[in-house]
Amino acid sequence: MSAGVGVDLENLWIRFGDFVAVRDANVHIKGGDFFSFLGPSGCGKTTILRAVSGFLEPSEGNVLIGGNNMKGIGPNKRPTALIFQNLALFPLMKVWENITFSMEIAGASARDRRKRADELLDMIALPGQGDKLPSELSGGQRQRVAIARALCAEPDVLLLDEPLSALDLKLRQHMRTELREIQKRVGITFIYITHDQGEALTMSDDIAVMRAGVIDQIADGKTIYNDPATAFAASFVGENNVFRGKVLEVRGDQALIRTNRSGDLLSRISTANQGKMNVGDDAMMFIRPEALSLAPTGTQGDHFVTAKVNHEEFEGNSFNIFMEGDGGKELKVAIPNHGQSFDDHSGQDMTLEYDVNNAVAVPAGELAAE
Amino acid sequence: MTTDKIIRVSIWVYLGIFFAYLLGPLIIMSVTAFNSPSFPRMTPWECLTFNWFGELFRDERILNGIWNSILVGFGTVILSVSMGLAGALMLTQIWPKLRATYYTIIIAPILIPGVVIGISTLVFWDRINRMLGLGADSFLSNGLFLTIIGQSTFIASYCMLVLVARLQRYDIALTEAALDLGATHAQAFRKVLMPFMMPALLSASVLAFLASFENYNTTTFTFGEYPTLTIELAQKVRYGITPAISALAFMIVALTVFFALINEANIKRKKMIADARKDATVGELAGKIEVPGIISRNPAAIALIVLVIGVVSVTASAMAYSPDQCIANVQEQKRLETEKRIQELRDRRAKEAAEKAAAEGAEGGATQTAPKPSNNSGFGGVFAPNTLNNEGADEGASDEGADGTSNNSGFGNVFAPNSLGTDDN
Repeated sequence: MSAGVGVDLENLWIRFGDFVAVRDANVHIKGGDFFSFLGPSGCGKTTILRAVSGFLEPSEGNVLIGGNNMKGIGPNKRPTALIFQNLALFPLMKVWENITFSMEIAGASARDRRKRADELLDMIALPGQGDKLPSELSGGQRQRVAIARALCAEPDVLLLDEPLSALDLKLRQHMRTELREIQKRVGITFIYITHDQGEALTMSDDIAVMRAGVIDQIADGKTIYNDPATAFAASFVGENNVFRGKVLEVRGDQALIRTNRSGDLLSRISTANQGKMNVGDDAMMFIRPEALSLAPTGTQGDHFVTAKVNHEEFEGNSFNIFMEGDGGKELKVAIPNHGQSFDDHSGQDMTLEYDVNNAVAVPAGELAAE
Repeated sequence: MTTDKIIRVSIWVYLGIFFAYLLGPLIIMSVTAFNSPSFPRMTPWECLTFNWFGELFRDERILNGIWNSILVGFGTVILSVSMGLAGALMLTQIWPKLRATYYTIIIAPILIPGVVIGISTLVFWDRINRMLGLGADSFLSNGLFLTIIGQSTFIASYCMLVLVARLQRYDIALTEAALDLGATHAQAFRKVLMPFMMPALLSASVLAFLASFENYNTTTFTFGEYPTLTIELAQKVRYGITPAISALAFMIVALTVFFALINEANIKRKKMIADARKDATVGELAGKIEVPGIISRNPAAIALIVLVIGVVSVTASAMAYSPDQCIANVQEQKRLETEKRIQELRDRRAKEAAEKAAAEGAEGGATQTAPKPSNNSGFGGVFAPNTLNNEGADEGASDEGADGTSNNSGFGNVFAPNSLGTDDN
């Protein structure tokens, strides 16, 4: 596979008046990668995308595409193509004219354009639909036309701004696989913006987790899920149970944390924070619902948690138990369903057990909003 | 039940009155264009004639006025649509806090009386003309230039309102998408924004042309040596109006209705196609649309055909049908009626004179009291020159009649019912 063209952000700052939209972003995106910016709305991820595509000049720092500094180069001169959140298909042009707009600009003949449009329509599995207007297509079809239009410009980097957000759930899941396949086929760099952690985890080679203009962590999906660098990354990506407290003792890569409610618990310090957490620091500890299992009630120890059950539910593949947790948030436990019998425990105390390697400690910080 | 009925009936009555109020003047004016009397009127109906159209097209000043109006109209369309588009684009680009202020300023010319705009245009450009040291014949004091500039001042605001409405529905991401795909700003403007704005640009153009065509109060200050149609009409009306003006009005009404119908048909057709496309594939559609042939796809062609048929049939019937005989008949009839009345009057006078003589003979002391002096003398005064005129005018010469009768018929009008009335008395 071709190496593709990489993108680098160097000390990138973007300000709107007093408001800092992006704060000192440093990102290296390898050529041919599927790279995602993941964060809640308003965190500055779209701003970064607009800086890469050339609609915004950075206040400070540089955007490099393929090692070339893009300063002062307009969006029409950059080797990027952007897929807009609302797709921005030209409503008065037929599908094939939409797809080959970049060729029209370059002065290609109508016959060449038609031929190329048919090739691309075959690729996106919409053969023979070239003469329709965008308004006559369904949401998923429009989506694919937008992708074909961007690919027709033969960009080195394809930028996607939450392109799936307007689709319904089924279609969204289908388009995930499709996008990933297209990316593998064309082999160019994809930069993908999303607030949906499912999309980011399933499609991306690497993910940057963003919060309020700051990039918290850049890593592959597995690392971000299992070894979050910040409290925000831990709470934003997937479901997580939080335990607040202070560091009581540091033992190598593990820390004993005196929690506010559940006694002293032992936890692994996340890789990014090893050596940075000291005794007495405010800390947060995260355990995934599926990493907790039931233990004999009343068992004491540094990897046992006892709490009162609020309510329970059956979700098919798992039994979910919701217990009284810290800071008003419920503690969720997911017990896989193996066909075992399951009694109602509402109102009773239960004790949970976890593997210390599955518990992650990070310095206390802002959590993601529900 | 009854109140329901009353309400329903009163609604129809109201509608009837409403439409009569709206359309009545237009209908009456249109009808008078085809009646032969030289003062525009619907009753009494005398003769169907197309002569007033010929009259209209022989009138150099009216033709010149139409031509000037068209020149001014096109100039105004070009100037005010482009200014309106610039203003509308600016409104979407401007810093949001300034938007309300900007909007007020740019809309202000609509609120300023046209007279004020006319005077200020004249004064302003005269000042500039003098500042530049140009003579009175420079293009800055040219009537066409001043009229176009003056009208555009406020027509551009109308255009802007139309264009802003469309522009608000424009997604700026479309321009960005075009730029992103390699287009320059000019290309994005031409290939993406302009096609989107086209319907609004067309309606703004029509609006601007109509507003310019019918404008009087601004133009009256600026027209100089280029009187437009409205100016010519106003000047003509001072010397009395003829049905030729009704003929012009009828043509304008007919054209307006014609284009309105075309537009309506066009919209319906587009809607039908859109509906059809929704449930048909491209292949089916190609077959379906092909059937009516080239004409159904091109409303302009239908319009042209209908127009040509209309013009040909009207011209043909106008040429085949000559109202001269009818007009001659009417005049002959009038003459006979008048003569009859004169004869009656003479008879009555003779009778009265005879009675008087008899009475005088019977009662010598009776003074010279005329029986109906006021009536009679008033009559006699009006009547005498009239009959002379009528008899003097050559019946056959219709050209003469057109000029002469304006006096005559006006008189006759007053005269006829009056004399009948006195006869009854």
